[in-house]
Amino acid sequence: MSITSPLAKRLAQATPAPIAMRMRGLSDRWIAWIFVGPTMLLLLAINIFPLIWTIKLSFTNFRANRPNAEVSGVGIDNYVSVLTDPDIWAAMQTTAHFVFWTITLQTLIGFTLAYLIDRKFRGHGFWTTLILIPMMLSPAVVGNFWAFLYQPQTGLFNAVAAFLTGVSPSSFSMLGEVSLAPWAIIIVDTWMWTPYVMLICLAGLRSIPDYIYEAAEVDRASKWRQFWSVTLPMVLPFIMLAILFRGIENFKMFDMVNLLTSGGPGSTTEVASITLKREAFEKWRTGYSSAFAIILFVAVFGLANIYVKALNHIKSR
Amino acid sequence: MKTMLNKMSVMALIALASALSLGATTTQAQEKTITLCWAAWDPANALVELSKDFTAQSKVKMKFEFVPWTNFADRMLNELNSKGKLCDLIIGDSQWIGGSAESGHYVKLNDFFAKEGIKMSDFAPATVTGYAEWPKNTPNYWALPAMADAVGWTYRKDWFGKPEIQAEFKKKYSRDLAPPKTWSEFKQVSEFFQGRMIDGKKVYGAYIFTERGSEGITMGVSNVLYPFGFQYQDPKKAYALDGFVNSAEAIKALEFYKALYKGSTPPGLTNAYMGEGLDAFKSGQVAMMMNWFAFFPGLDKDPNVGGAKIGYFANPSEKTKGVQLGGQGISVVSYSPNRSEALQYIKWFASPAVQKKWQAIGGSSAHNAVLKDAGYLQSAPYAAAFQDSMNMVVDFWAEPSYAQLMLAEQKRVHDFVVADKGTAKEALDALVADWKKIFKDDGKGK
Repeated sequence: MSITSPLAKRLAQATPAPIAMRMRGLSDRWIAWIFVGPTMLLLLAINIFPLIWTIKLSFTNFRANRPNAEVSGVGIDNYVSVLTDPDIWAAMQTTAHFVFWTITLQTLIGFTLAYLIDRKFRGHGFWTTLILIPMMLSPAVVGNFWAFLYQPQTGLFNAVAAFLTGVSPSSFSMLGEVSLAPWAIIIVDTWMWTPYVMLICLAGLRSIPDYIYEAAEVDRASKWRQFWSVTLPMVLPFIMLAILFRGIENFKMFDMVNLLTSGGPGSTTEVASITLKREAFEKWRTGYSSAFAIILFVAVFGLANIYVKALNHIKSR
Repeated sequence: MKTMLNKMSVMALIALASALSLGATTTQAQEKTITLCWAAWDPANALVELSKDFTAQSKVKMKFEFVPWTNFADRMLNELNSKGKLCDLIIGDSQWIGGSAESGHYVKLNDFFAKEGIKMSDFAPATVTGYAEWPKNTPNYWALPAMADAVGWTYRKDWFGKPEIQAEFKKKYSRDLAPPKTWSEFKQVSEFFQGRMIDGKKVYGAYIFTERGSEGITMGVSNVLYPFGFQYQDPKKAYALDGFVNSAEAIKALEFYKALYKGSTPPGLTNAYMGEGLDAFKSGQVAMMMNWFAFFPGLDKDPNVGGAKIGYFANPSEKTKGVQLGGQGISVVSYSPNRSEALQYIKWFASPAVQKKWQAIGGSSAHNAVLKDAGYLQSAPYAAAFQDSMNMVVDFWAEPSYAQLMLAEQKRVHDFVVADKGTAKEALDALVADWKKIFKDDGKGK
């Protein structure tokens, strides 16, 4: 087709040529690579390269604080040392305890709150906003704020507990007693992150079409039956997603523990990430801590993969 | 005539060029800035004031990078290990000297000292060994003693002076209530004040260090360990730890520290160091407080608890004398692009006149011109206690692996004292095992 009118010619000249025409000789695939390339390079530089470098370091005796010392290969010694170190296993147990209880409490309370908020009642928007506030705060603020609340002599938490139980407020220290310190952290994490679980559960509840409940009511299903047969199965993938996110997040929990107890009293609340930080950046055992980091990475990655497979299985039912 | 005019023109041009280049040099010198890194605390503010004199004299501007104590080691050692150029001068902790010397982070100052006539014999011997030498007790200097410090005690003189309290104490213990000289006396005094009502407020016996994360509980327990007879190693055989670190005396001392923690301190004191101690003392919670002498000038000026209300005493003794050395030396960072200006600062700082001013405005000089001055003991209410303390200081390991050694002690001591885990013997045996492993990895103590 030829362009005949002067107006059409001017329009054709003003219109930019297609990219492929301008970049002569480049296929669509190459152009796609040009666009994706910088992102890929960035990912390689900040994710893949450090990972490969960490794997390399984990087989050496390298210490970052001794740049002039000779670095030699130690085979799998670091991995053996990590896996046979009782302090590492103690930290892993502490982490597991922490992950289990925070996820259990956050899921139960989060789902209950979502279920209640999902009932349309007056002012539910206001209550939703109010409940969401803790997760919007900075962990540094939350940690310091709760450290004050837990102060035995002047803290509000102890005062309220004393009012309810009749014990003296300064007779117990949430952050200083071996039996209470882990629970002090679990309470704070639950307070902060339950709204997040609630939000995901609420999305799940709101995604259930009303006609399913209408059909269940036609079938004379009780509210309890509707909950077990409709609500829970349909919201389960969302709950599992929330558990996955919180599980990964809490497995590497550092900030809150560091601010509240620094791993103490003794080593009672020393979770794996605190141990890793101490080994890597305080003791400067770079090779050893690299091995520990790889073990943690493989554990989280492996568990997350198994979990995602289970999640897909449930979704496909 | 023309030739003469030409010659004069050339000379004028040369003179102008010289003047301009001189001006440029002066401008360059004026614009030169060096950065001094230290911890964020009261003496650092005093150093900012003091350094204005250096800038006025040398035209070298000063910048300061102060980091809170709890992050100081992490931040600064990261900086040094990454060969960073942030700090031209660093006032690093005494325990860093071994690692920083061996890793090449600090400039060796022997030649500079010799050239400038700076003599280490002008400084208190304990501070030279503690802050400047590596290997210890050899004339290899990596720093100039900058901030002499040790653990000391402050007490509520006004409470001790109350007639009814004095009478009750005398009736109970058959002696006058006075600042304790031994740990046995200290325990009596602290238990006497524990839970007592004074001026309508419940008060507690003593504040001691219990911090877990960095160095707190180690810096605290050492003040009981040393006087009870603890030693880091066999004096006749380096790195031989068995029977010294976990000696019967050391076990008794650790049990004593735990007894103090359990029976003489305010509730909730489970992870507390310098700042928390000052808060507890300033708010009138405790009768006696363990802390670094460096804080005492500020405390003495406190409107609520300072001045005549408080007194100071040196660390109590028991079987022997001993107290934890604190303080730091000032070093030139070897990666600094401004080495000559940094050395110029060291030279200026080492002069007796500057050291006297440093002491007067809130610093703590280790220079004999200050410490041996006739008026020193009268210069501050804590001066006598400080002088006593500097005669009995002991320092923690200053090995390149000091951080590992420190964290091992932090864990073992906190586990026993605060977390009630195991016995004192088990804690110290475990500490010996930890330290042996660290030294073995370093190829020492075989």
